[in-house]
Amino acid sequence: MRVRILTAILLLTALTGAAYADARSEAKEQVEFGIAVAQKGLWKEALYRWERATQIDPTYAAAFNDLAIGYEHEGMLEKAGAAYERALKLEPNNPMVRQNFELFKEIHDRTNQSQTP
Amino acid sequence: MTGRISLRLLSVGLFLGAAGCASFYEIPIETPIAAKLDVSAFQRVFIAGFLAGGTEDVDGNVETVRLLRSQLRLKSNLKVVDADALPLLEVAANTGAEGQAAGPSAVETKEPPHPSSLKNEKDLEPYEHIFADADYWKKIGEEYQNPLIVTGTVVFTPHSQSGMVQREQEVIDALGRRRVEPVREYMERKGFILAEKFIFIDGRTGAQIPGGETFREERLYNQNDNTPALSSYFELMDDIIPRFLSTLSTQRVRGSRVLIK
Repeated sequence: MRVRILTAILLLTALTGAAYADARSEAKEQVEFGIAVAQKGLWKEALYRWERATQIDPTYAAAFNDLAIGYEHEGMLEKAGAAYERALKLEPNNPMVRQNFELFKEIHDRTNQSQTP
Repeated sequence: MTGRISLRLLSVGLFLGAAGCASFYEIPIETPIAAKLDVSAFQRVFIAGFLAGGTEDVDGNVETVRLLRSQLRLKSNLKVVDADALPLLEVAANTGAEGQAAGPSAVETKEPPHPSSLKNEKDLEPYEHIFADADYWKKIGEEYQNPLIVTGTVVFTPHSQSGMVQREQEVIDALGRRRVEPVREYMERKGFILAEKFIFIDGRTGAQIPGGETFREERLYNQNDNTPALSSYFELMDDIIPRFLSTLSTQRVRGSRVLIK
């Protein structure tokens, strides 16, 4: 009985790990494609790819970081802020995400400040 | 500020060094900042003129009209109406406080006050009723094909201030090493204050559009600098113009971000 339970747990762990690895590699493909098209100026396509990546792997901080940059470029500042926050929640110590977020906040704060009479 | 950015860049560099093969790409981005006013109903903008006060050295009305028009031509999609700046002080002086324009029956016209006698925003208040005169603005609107009308007040006044000022001074110590030390000293400085209020009027109805803007900037110079009033005016306008433009048109802020794999 014990052996069966142990086998089941091991099998489950292995399957989950494999599924996780699959999701991450699929999401990574989307992220890389998004980066390639963003570098060519195709931001709408990039945005679509990064959105897909975050749906495939919602624990992938880089995908949220890139998605936030895409939103920023398209002027969707609220969505950009939320995506940066999500990226930082997943990887609080990633200095690149932090730097991007700080630069974003400078623009966002300036906009809000000038909107206040 | 520069120190903070340097620290950030240093920490990013260290992280990348530690990560070794981490993949990242710096990419330039342009963030569009939407205009604060919805001007989609207008194809034209008319910088009509301003109630101006302050120093005689700069004609706040004419200079502001000229500068705003040239900036809007460069940085906005609206067609800029080219016409003489309205002498608003004169118009306001001949218009009743209740907003009724003096009709042809008015026998004599009042002399407008000299701008130098209007030293601050308070001095202009008796003339500000002109902004609420919807009939007057509607007529102006009809004349220029229903544009968005920009008007307001401009007060450009000399200003001086004395007190303790901190500045950095280079010193050489006993060992011949140079270093910079903060020094506090008493200084008399003079400069200018520019206070501007922008009012937006719908040329179709003559009514004010909510969302006017008020700006106040000052520059002080060393007393020996002798900075001309006009160049100080342009310096101050350099700070105000981007904020004014962001009210009327979408602005793009350039920067760069790091994409990560």
